[in-house]
Amino acid sequence: MSRVKSWVTYLQVAPLALVFLLFLIVPIATIVVVSFFDYNTTQIIPAFLLQNYEELLLSPVTWRTYQQTIQFALITWALTLGIGFTVAYFVAFHVRSPTMQTVLFLICTIPFWTSNVIRMISWIPFLGRHGLANTTLINLGLINEPLEFLLYSDFSVVLAYVHLYTLFMVVPIFNSMMRIDRSLLEAARDAGASGWQTLVNVILPLCKPGIAIGSIFVVTIVMGDFVTVRMMSGGLSASVGLMMANAMSLLQYPAAAANAVILLLLVLFIVAAMMRLVDIRKEL
Amino acid sequence: MQHGKRGPAFWLLGAFFCLFVLFLYGPTLTILILSFQGPGGGLTFPMNGVSLHWFRNLFEKQMVGDFAGSLQRSLILGAAVMLVTVVASFSAGLAFRSRFRGSGIIFYLAIASLIVPSILISLGIGLLYRVLGWDPAWYSSAFGAHLTWTLPFGLLIMFAVFNRFDRRYEEAARDLGATSWQTIRHVVVPILLPSLIGVGLFGFTLSYDEFARSLYTAGTFNTLPLEIYGMTTNVTTPVLYALGTVTTGVSFVVIALSLLSVAWLRRRRARHGSDAGKAA
Repeated sequence: MSRVKSWVTYLQVAPLALVFLLFLIVPIATIVVVSFFDYNTTQIIPAFLLQNYEELLLSPVTWRTYQQTIQFALITWALTLGIGFTVAYFVAFHVRSPTMQTVLFLICTIPFWTSNVIRMISWIPFLGRHGLANTTLINLGLINEPLEFLLYSDFSVVLAYVHLYTLFMVVPIFNSMMRIDRSLLEAARDAGASGWQTLVNVILPLCKPGIAIGSIFVVTIVMGDFVTVRMMSGGLSASVGLMMANAMSLLQYPAAAANAVILLLLVLFIVAAMMRLVDIRKEL
Repeated sequence: MQHGKRGPAFWLLGAFFCLFVLFLYGPTLTILILSFQGPGGGLTFPMNGVSLHWFRNLFEKQMVGDFAGSLQRSLILGAAVMLVTVVASFSAGLAFRSRFRGSGIIFYLAIASLIVPSILISLGIGLLYRVLGWDPAWYSSAFGAHLTWTLPFGLLIMFAVFNRFDRRYEEAARDLGATSWQTIRHVVVPILLPSLIGVGLFGFTLSYDEFARSLYTAGTFNTLPLEIYGMTTNVTTPVLYALGTVTTGVSFVVIALSLLSVAWLRRRRARHGSDAGKAA
């Protein structure tokens, strides 16, 4: 009986395992293998070279690009955390009817199910040279010439990140907040804590798992991003993802692969550090 | 906090929330409006008349690449990814209720699939096909690439759902003589149907909108996000916004259908909650 049961279990999990094997493990292994290959202008040649890594790590461009990518990730992380926490806090603790909470929560999550590329394009009428922001500021007499940095700059890249990814913070933090036993808040109040003290000493520590999960999402997405940087900076900013995409378009696959391995190691290191703070399996 | 008058903190946070919602939806609303720009209008305000010119323009093939074809491909791909995501996540969710050898590994693979940057998956699958001498295509390599993004969401949702599932329903069915298959078909699936619709919503929309994972895996024929991305570099007319409006419209129809059917199922369940004493 139990032999039959374990067979059924493996059969049930097989499709999932197969997808991860074929489209996650094997491709990542391919990247690692190809990162040691040799290449010329037309083809890749099987070999075992460290040259791709040497060229990458000895180039100051690489270091600058990684530095800029990490900087994007940190700024975006801080902003999305601040905004996401505040929004989740309002819906979880200041909205009283559960129906209203569900509605407001849905309003925050619906954009997640729409196209990121379109949501980036939709900033053009706002931020362009003749966009709403510049026209308004000129009409108000605050500036004489259009601000050039609004679109196609680091500013617009970070703006797009915050616009696209804040909901990755809102959802897990909101989830953590809804699990907080309300009698704890009452106890804090009875013990004489002010609203602010309750927030800092009771709610914030209990939201740590949600914050960690949100942070993992935001940081890994920004670290690997290239389309936002390319679209919103108009090619003026750099990111590791963009660097890889450029190598790919020049058919320098092994160079892109070596870069991918380094990026993967960095991302896994960051995630491992954050995972120490939280047991994800307990949070579902 | 739960009783009495609203304090200043409520209004301050409420205002912040409204600003956030404006920030989320404002830009999308703007391109919705601008997509009805007159034939002579540009990419920014003011509106130069109101027309459907740019929508017509969208469906003229020579003007903007292959919009109709890429939309069709993305819809088919999204539907296929949705189907596989629902079935595979549900079935894996069933398996994960008992500990089995390798369950830890598969769980961590799912997490890894979420956190490994999309572009690495795309690059890896693209390289793999290249090394093997196969041609990537939207229905093979891109299909697999999308599943690595939708399945972890599906699995995590199923975990959350099964954690709250009352196994006594199944035991009751078995005591009444139902086989395992009958139990799943007539007890588990109907109870979990709203969550399965939710998983389907993730499956479809995440695939339909996926860019990075399609980049090196879609092959010769573009999916819709790739087509849109290509257009941003060489199209400078409001046809871009018409495209945005249509694409977002499709997403909203799918989201609305999912949410409405979940709400409908909930209401029906509340009405027919118990059939005690109603036996014919």
